[in-house]
Amino acid sequence: MLLKTVFVRLLTTAITLFGVAVVVFTLVRVAPGNPISMMLPPGATEEDIAALTALYGFDKSLPHQFMIWIGGVIQGDFGTSITLRQPVDELVLGRLPATLELSLMALLIALALGGLVAVIGARKRSTGTEVGLDLTTGAVLSIPDFLWGLIFVLLFGVLWPVLSISGRVDPRLDIDFTTNFYFFEGLLRGRWDVVSSTFSHMLMPAMSLALPLAAMIAQLLKQNLKEVLNQDYTTLARVRGFSETSVILREALQNAALPTLALVGVQFTFLIGGTVIVERLFAYEGLGNMAIDAVINRDLPLIQGIVLLFAALFTVINLLVDLSYTFLNPRLRNG
Amino acid sequence: MTAKSDLTRRGFIGTSAALTALFASGIPLSAQGTDSLTIAYNVPVQSWDPTTGPAAVNPALQSIYLAVYDRYIAQRPDLTFDAGLLTDWGFSDDKTKLTMTVREGVKWHNGDDFTPEDVIWSLERAANPDTGNPMQFVWSKIGNFTVDGNVITADVLSFEPALFKWMAFLTAFILPKKYYEEVGAEGFEKAPIGTGPYMVDAFEQGAYVRLKAFADYWGGAPEFETVTVKFVTDAASRVAEIESGNSDVTSNMPYEEYDRLIAKDGLSGEAIPVTDIGMIFLNDIDVMLDKNVRLAAHHAIDKQLIIDRLLRGYGVPLATLEAPGYAAYDDSITFDYDVEKAKELLAASGYSTDNPVTFTIQTTRGFKPKDYEMIQAIVGMWRKVGIEAEIEVYEIAKHYELRATDTLAPAAFYNWGNSIGDPSTSTGFSMFGPSPHAVWDSPDLIEKIGPLFVEPDEDNRIQGFKDVSRYIAEEGYVIPILQYVMPVVYASSLAVTPYTSGDLLPQAITKA
Repeated sequence: MLLKTVFVRLLTTAITLFGVAVVVFTLVRVAPGNPISMMLPPGATEEDIAALTALYGFDKSLPHQFMIWIGGVIQGDFGTSITLRQPVDELVLGRLPATLELSLMALLIALALGGLVAVIGARKRSTGTEVGLDLTTGAVLSIPDFLWGLIFVLLFGVLWPVLSISGRVDPRLDIDFTTNFYFFEGLLRGRWDVVSSTFSHMLMPAMSLALPLAAMIAQLLKQNLKEVLNQDYTTLARVRGFSETSVILREALQNAALPTLALVGVQFTFLIGGTVIVERLFAYEGLGNMAIDAVINRDLPLIQGIVLLFAALFTVINLLVDLSYTFLNPRLRNG
Repeated sequence: MTAKSDLTRRGFIGTSAALTALFASGIPLSAQGTDSLTIAYNVPVQSWDPTTGPAAVNPALQSIYLAVYDRYIAQRPDLTFDAGLLTDWGFSDDKTKLTMTVREGVKWHNGDDFTPEDVIWSLERAANPDTGNPMQFVWSKIGNFTVDGNVITADVLSFEPALFKWMAFLTAFILPKKYYEEVGAEGFEKAPIGTGPYMVDAFEQGAYVRLKAFADYWGGAPEFETVTVKFVTDAASRVAEIESGNSDVTSNMPYEEYDRLIAKDGLSGEAIPVTDIGMIFLNDIDVMLDKNVRLAAHHAIDKQLIIDRLLRGYGVPLATLEAPGYAAYDDSITFDYDVEKAKELLAASGYSTDNPVTFTIQTTRGFKPKDYEMIQAIVGMWRKVGIEAEIEVYEIAKHYELRATDTLAPAAFYNWGNSIGDPSTSTGFSMFGPSPHAVWDSPDLIEKIGPLFVEPDEDNRIQGFKDVSRYIAEEGYVIPILQYVMPVVYASSLAVTPYTSGDLLPQAITKA
């Protein structure tokens, strides 16, 4: 049953990705602005323009260009970036670890903060504390991630400068790692200088991304907890002498967490999307920052590669969330 | 029932201190008092080949390239030219030949000797359309190189009066023939070498480049042993970088931030006019075919007020596309702010505030300082004389496409850089119809500018461009607004030499 589900989802993922490939390829070419006009020298003649257009392959028809590109993609060749002059797959995969590390840290922070606030809110339900937490989460949710970023820069970058404002790692460090997962590989290798540097650089952007999600998790999880805490089995647990905190953590949390998990899955994909602006603000060299440069410079092969990778990430994450939801929910697992 | 926290005050303070220490261990130190310098730079290096592709013609990247490579001919801070890797150069009297004397005793970063063959190879490569040099049209005007000692002689295939100025401009960098042929284009991107004052020590695409001083640099080793250039594209983040001491130098922040920062202890600043101007292109379509409308639109703009109110006084009002310091700048050409005259001109064409002339003006938003706000102010000034303009915001890429296809709106605001200050690369290409960057394409201008591109007498050429500038102002073919000022903020322990070309050179930064 599970295998069939996985197979069907993989098939639909492949179809989705092909659809995304067609759409992004067409969109970036019909959108105003092309890379050739941006690099024209002042004295360029019609022949010069034609030569430059041919050099980058834009002289062919749209379907012809698409066939060349998609043929390459199937063989693992995503083309060469116009501005960075390197293979797109190398560039995109080189930046992916930075964005993944940032997103994962943001997710962990959101889960920890959101979970904590939800548990406290449920524990202190119908009191002034719950009202205060509701107001706070509402306020946190209303502030977009990039604004949180600016607030953090001001607080922890300028007024109390304990965190690094820009970049991903201290440029003075020599890093000859096998992968670009600096934080995780640093942990494995015991390179604490790299770990602390990446952590210091990652914390502010991760917090900026995490806070709105944490507020969302807190609100939903607390509501679910309150519902579950009215169920008979939690009353029974209280009768058996468990403290209220134990009832929440040991009896209610697991059941209340399931709907939140579905939300986290969906929101995580949005969180990855949110890295575009936040990475720019913190000059964090992830995919999002690269995406903005690619769009500004109309680097068509790079835009295509990044969008395709984002699409693949979204579909894979959604697949994983669905599978984990199925696995964790007994009614679906045995249905 | 109350929950008891396990966290004591002492524990909290201890944890906070430990966390602060952990974070602080990842914070870069500033360069003050050390041999290292950190610059927060606004544009990331895209490619290490400064002669091909879009990066090669990005003016903002030239500062980084100039730290690693040398041009054929160098430029001083005031735009005048100086010996670079060529120590002497010139055309023959009949303009059919040119000679270039190559500097001796120069080393590449890998220790190889710099030779005349490197110069010839670089010029031939630049002229080859297959390599993708955007300025190939310039470099293809010379060829048939011969070498005698350290003197190179070449044939002039097509006379270009500003050729030697181009040798101090975009894509005019000399690359190492032997090394490049050994490692190829991809290998060069990964491990670039030049003859410049700094060597590339480490590079993280989109993040930073760490430069090491080149002890054998022909111009003498630079002051700082290590220079880290962090690519911080967001202006607010650059301000935070310098304010927090994470970076020692930064540039291109909003003028209000510049004023605020230089008032702080420990920070200093320089703000000088650079070779970049803001202008309104007029397209020879619709209502712009009416000379009265064009001139009225120009007379109605109070440029000094815009500079004072929006740019806090940082800017120089312009009457032509030639700014002070450019070779063809002529201060006798003026254009008055005159509201009554604007009204009279419009009235002569049947327009008034009750019956305004209408057209669209395009502008970027956030690309240049207060660009959108400037156009809003101008539209407000126009409204008072009988011009009703609708603002349309466009992206940079769209502007270039519309300009190349000559489909810009009747008025379009953009900027024009010209770091060699030659009139052919300002008034010339921006107003000469056949150029893909020109917007006004009338035959009279083509007739006047065309011959100047090949005028062999330098004095006549410059005077010719001054005459054309006056003619353009009289006809109202373009509305020059202002020369931009580039703000640079740095730690007071440093001394920064600003360049009129807009370059922020690491080698021009020293300890105060």
